[in-house]
Amino acid sequence: MTANILLAGFGGQGILFAGKVLAYAGLAEDKQVSWLPSYGPEMRGGTANCSVCISEDPIGSPLVLAPDVLVAMNAPSYDKFIDAVVPGGLALVDSTLIDRKCKRTDIAVFYLPATALANEKELQGLANIILVGKMIAERPFVSFESVGHAIDKCVPARKAHLVEANKRAIALGKSL
Amino acid sequence: MQERVLMKGNEALAEAAIRAGCRHYFGYPITPQTEIAAYMAKRMPKVGGTFLQAESEVAAINMVLGAASAGVRAMTSSSSPGISLKCEGISYIAGSDLPCLIVDVMRGGPGLGGIQPSQADYWQVTRALGHGDAQVLVYAPSTVQEMVDMVVKAYEKAEQYRVPAVLLADGMLGQMMEPVSFPEEGAHAPAEKPWAANGHQNARKHNIINSLFLKPDELENRVRERFQRYALIQKNEQLAEETMVEDAEIAVVAYGASARIAMNAVKAARAEGIKAGLIRPVSLWPFPTDAIRRAAGQAKQFLCVEMSMGQMVDDVRLTLEGSRPVAFYGRTGGIIPTPAEVLDQIKELAKS
Repeated sequence: MTANILLAGFGGQGILFAGKVLAYAGLAEDKQVSWLPSYGPEMRGGTANCSVCISEDPIGSPLVLAPDVLVAMNAPSYDKFIDAVVPGGLALVDSTLIDRKCKRTDIAVFYLPATALANEKELQGLANIILVGKMIAERPFVSFESVGHAIDKCVPARKAHLVEANKRAIALGKSL
Repeated sequence: MQERVLMKGNEALAEAAIRAGCRHYFGYPITPQTEIAAYMAKRMPKVGGTFLQAESEVAAINMVLGAASAGVRAMTSSSSPGISLKCEGISYIAGSDLPCLIVDVMRGGPGLGGIQPSQADYWQVTRALGHGDAQVLVYAPSTVQEMVDMVVKAYEKAEQYRVPAVLLADGMLGQMMEPVSFPEEGAHAPAEKPWAANGHQNARKHNIINSLFLKPDELENRVRERFQRYALIQKNEQLAEETMVEDAEIAVVAYGASARIAMNAVKAARAEGIKAGLIRPVSLWPFPTDAIRRAAGQAKQFLCVEMSMGQMVDDVRLTLEGSRPVAFYGRTGGIIPTPAEVLDQIKELAKS
């Protein structure tokens, strides 16, 4: 069983970082993982996306074209990827930034004002991590303990003061 | 082996080179391999090595020629257009019988092309990475762990046969992160190099590193001697991974990133009752002719999958000498084929 996760939004929203947290959480559980970023001009502003696979078996293609879980953090990403989600899949939509409503009935969609919540709870810039918290609550590909471990690994030493905020963002997402 | 960490392919191969004893890196930035240079810039000073950003790709490869002449493990890296610029120097290195490591993280071409993943430089690296009668070793990893393992292998084989080695990856492998573990530092020490042109306190006659031989018979002898080594390489150094090939009626052949996609398609075909298997060439030169011929024992047809308009397919056809039909499927320009597209091709062949 492979979990194929696609995270997409603007450059600067922490799309790649959120993907890295998920991949490290998989690694902490000794699973096979892959993390593949878009690396075009979009890295310098514009849209960014990131494919993450977590599996018990060796991972073939690391490119996620039909995600089990989509995290959409801007409208262009939502428009581009919402129809690609597999039937029975999950979409997490940042409703602060995306005013669309999905007509599909074969997937579960959560509209979460993650960016507004992040600002309100003094977790600026951590809407991405709030959405990861909700994702793991809905689809426990990895345990919350592993996610916590992954945050310890992924937050660089010079930003160590943000570890606690990231963990609060996970807890907030889980509670939504 | 140490704890598994998550690293980008580019960074992992750079770390692997350092652990393999490379202390001389010369490069010039180009997407999608710039992380190699960035990593070397950070790490080399800490291990007493040299990181040098040259003024051009041409300068960088000639620095490799110089360093390799002195017998050290030297390295450069680039992506497709930058490799074209290095070709003159690579020919000189091959003509001087020098081992070194050249990393090519391919992107779409020709010309400046694009920056997305591609495999359109197969012909270039396996046929003519510079002028003259020459070959270079070519290794094609398909995972980040293999990026590490192949760096070690490339240095060892390059030194054993005194030929340059190329590690041929693509933008996908360079940019993606996977878990990886490294061999212990110093586990793969460089070989002794009695031929090196280095300092020796007049303890011996001086060595000469040269690729200029104006007398035709002398040059022919040099080339013939080199081709004897090439024959040994072709006999002894073929590498391929065979998956579900034993009873395969359709043998898919793919390397590097394409092989990962093809693997998904082959598994999906098996789930639908189609006897498909995958041959993944790991060494591209020498091309794994033995594995291809073995598969022809039971496979009725072959399918080559590449991120190009069809280049390695030539080698599959040359190997099979017309004994089996060889179909091709590819995407190019930076497009990665999807497992579903490859599965459709396999299904189409299964009908015939």
